[in-house]
Amino acid sequence: MISLALDLSLAALTLWVAWRALSHRDLFVGVVLYIIFGLLLSLVWVRLGAGDIALAEAAIGAGLTGALLLDAASRRSRRPRDGATAKPDPAPRRGVRVPLSQSAGIALLVSTLAGILTLVVSGIDGSPARGLTRDVTDRLAESGIVQPVTAVLVIFRGYDTLLEVGVLFLAALGMLASRRMRDLSPVARATKEDPVLDGLVRVLLPALVLTSAHLLLVGTHRPGGGFQAGAILAAALVLLLLAGHRSVSAIQGAWLRFALLSGFLTFLAVAAGPMLTGDRLLELPVVLSSRFILVVEAAIALATGVTLASLFAGARPLPSSGPGRNNAFPAATDEP
Amino acid sequence: MSQFLLYSLASIGLTCIGSYHLIVQPHLVRKVLALNVTSSGIFLLLVAVARRNEHEFPDPVPHAVVLTGIVVAVSVTALALGIVRRMPSGSADEPVDEEETE
Repeated sequence: MISLALDLSLAALTLWVAWRALSHRDLFVGVVLYIIFGLLLSLVWVRLGAGDIALAEAAIGAGLTGALLLDAASRRSRRPRDGATAKPDPAPRRGVRVPLSQSAGIALLVSTLAGILTLVVSGIDGSPARGLTRDVTDRLAESGIVQPVTAVLVIFRGYDTLLEVGVLFLAALGMLASRRMRDLSPVARATKEDPVLDGLVRVLLPALVLTSAHLLLVGTHRPGGGFQAGAILAAALVLLLLAGHRSVSAIQGAWLRFALLSGFLTFLAVAAGPMLTGDRLLELPVVLSSRFILVVEAAIALATGVTLASLFAGARPLPSSGPGRNNAFPAATDEP
Repeated sequence: MSQFLLYSLASIGLTCIGSYHLIVQPHLVRKVLALNVTSSGIFLLLVAVARRNEHEFPDPVPHAVVLTGIVVAVSVTALALGIVRRMPSGSADEPVDEEETE
């Protein structure tokens, strides 16, 4: 009875915070509410027995996404338009006005979505024979990993993880390309040193690094693993960047590209290795797989950490070099 | 009411809230926010489905899929915000990135 009351209030609170985050007039408040929504969602994951997802959601979903959105939300008012001073604040609008002609169509779309999802949910039955739990737990001994989710991620569905690391790499490439930068040292150098954050770095950085290593090593037996460790590593790098620490500007040029590439290439090498001896992609020999697991997880952690931190750094603007002009983002109307 | 039923209903609500705002909000950063809420709704559906049998261990395959999804979602958000930032602002036709307050 108590657990039902807990689940009900948690679900209701999560829905309400999500609604307020999206509908609040002030974008900054909305983003803060979204971070709270992310943390509530982490509690929901814990209630549903998904410890690995809770760790990832708190670090990546609430933390890193929240940081990205805060950057986007707070910068709008500071950036002056080309050749003009900052615009005076327009009168705050009350909510979003949807024209009557469109509201029927939108209502139809959303209710169709709700109907489809309800059909999906009602068609699911809980008989054990129809899930993949038995398949995974029966073969867990073969994989050399005790934690089922990590076993699925690294061994059974290693192909999906390979592509995921590839997607991360593509995102980093896209970010570097859109900034027309070869590395992120301009962004790192542009951040002023902050004494308060500097003190925070002294306290938090050792703890973050230790936590990341712990999650990496414990991932085969308990909730944890490469992605969670990478997320904590990204948090440590973002903290260094925000504090204007000089060590971050040392990651430049070839080092950054190496770090971004290394995770994906290591995983690809481990995955394609069996093809040299005639097996198929990702068909790791059972005897050796336990040794490779740590290498693969470490590669995933490094790739995730450096890529997520680079994505955050790539979102930071450079200080404008002239009045009313932000050179980091050349306007589309630039003369050649 | 089982956990599966409760949280899958919550996921339907969350997805609908997210997609409604995704369609309706003109401000681009808010659209990115709504996209994140919508994907969280779908993740909730997947993890609730993983818990459909209360007596068994939760199904680990949807968990792995959602973990992958969270990482991909943050990459998409970062790239989307980068693109939103690069869009020409101050044009007379489409002030889609105008801030409502501040």
